Amino acid sequence: MTADVFRQALDLITRVRGVRGAMLVSGDDGLVVAEQLMEGIKGTAVAALTASLAGRLRRAMDAAGVGSSVFWHLQAEQGALLVVPGIGEGGLLVVAVAEPDVNIGLVRLELLRAAEAVG
Amino acid sequence: MADDVRALSAELAQDPQSLVFLRLGEALRRKGQLDAALRVAVNGLERHPHLADAHDLYARLLADKHEYERAFDEWDMAVRIAPNHIGALKGLAFLYFKVGDVAQAEAHLEAARRYEPDDPTIAQALVMVRGGARPPSPTTAPALEPVATAAAPAAPAPTAGVLDESQVFAGLEGALEGLVLLDAAGMVLGGALRSPAGADVTDAVAAYLAGVSQEAARTVKLLGLGVWVGLSAEGQHGNVHVAQPTKDALLLVVRDRGVPLGRLAILAQRATATARRWLERQR
Repeated sequence: MTADVFRQALDLITRVRGVRGAMLVSGDDGLVVAEQLMEGIKGTAVAALTASLAGRLRRAMDAAGVGSSVFWHLQAEQGALLVVPGIGEGGLLVVAVAEPDVNIGLVRLELLRAAEAVG
Repeated sequence: MADDVRALSAELAQDPQSLVFLRLGEALRRKGQLDAALRVAVNGLERHPHLADAHDLYARLLADKHEYERAFDEWDMAVRIAPNHIGALKGLAFLYFKVGDVAQAEAHLEAARRYEPDDPTIAQALVMVRGGARPPSPTTAPALEPVATAAAPAAPAPTAGVLDESQVFAGLEGALEGLVLLDAAGMVLGGALRSPAGADVTDAVAAYLAGVSQEAARTVKLLGLGVWVGLSAEGQHGNVHVAQPTKDALLLVVRDRGVPLGRLAILAQRATATARRWLERQR
């Protein structure tokens, strides 16, 4: 997988209005694979926590019988974290950080496209 | 009555845009022909989506069919469109009373009384609510107005101090299969979850969710996004929403994929409010 493919995948996401940054994170170890984040965002820490949260959610959803997560988003007062987990336990997580008024549906679509491109 | 229905049907057929569907829907409802009434109401709503009376009619039919959550949505919508809609205010009061939220029931009846001070049914319902009278299931008397039915004792009304954990989400759709309330350590406080196959998965799911709250809080703090308010996830076979009714509690709503994430968030909001009130009463 070339750096160009990663960059193009992240470009798909960051061009959506209201997206402050995007990352590709290894689901296995929570390390950043590629990132395009606004200055001031601690990518490595966010990646680690995102991977951990993704793991918990995956196990909880499996236990609930609703299957693996194909998209999730964490809403906060001043923004949101949106994630498309890659296929399999340690798949690549495609992550976006967005403003509170972002079009979630649009970001979801681009995250899915990006996941397909890097998957 | 049959003549009414025939005449009203003919009138509606002649002018499908007419508001006569409201009378036809109500006439069918009074005859107990709920499915036919629902079709009339839904068709009417499609043509008049901003008509509070149409939402009120649909809500009463849903209440008749015990679909209280959807009925709540419709009455809520009616009140958003017309804040002084007496039928919707009474309907909401009925549903709040049904889940044991006497304060909200009373507040909605008081609001109705401000708009219709001379309506004796409102005064009567207020007396009943304040006296702790038990509301019946609306289906026992489908032709009656929701608040009027509150006069006939039937279903138990939860009261402070006697609620048990099975009652946390009483009255909410999926209370015993798709809603669960946990404490910070992942202990189940109320509700239950069942897998699509029908197995009780409450404890397993709760164990995995313990710690989600702290991780979500740390993540949004790192991102400078303030406080987290919800976590929605779309699964292959179902959707889930996690919310935080209080600092020490976590709420999980699970539904099949037919319930989109946006609607799930609304359901979660309602369940969160219910859980919060229940937690307050436990203190």
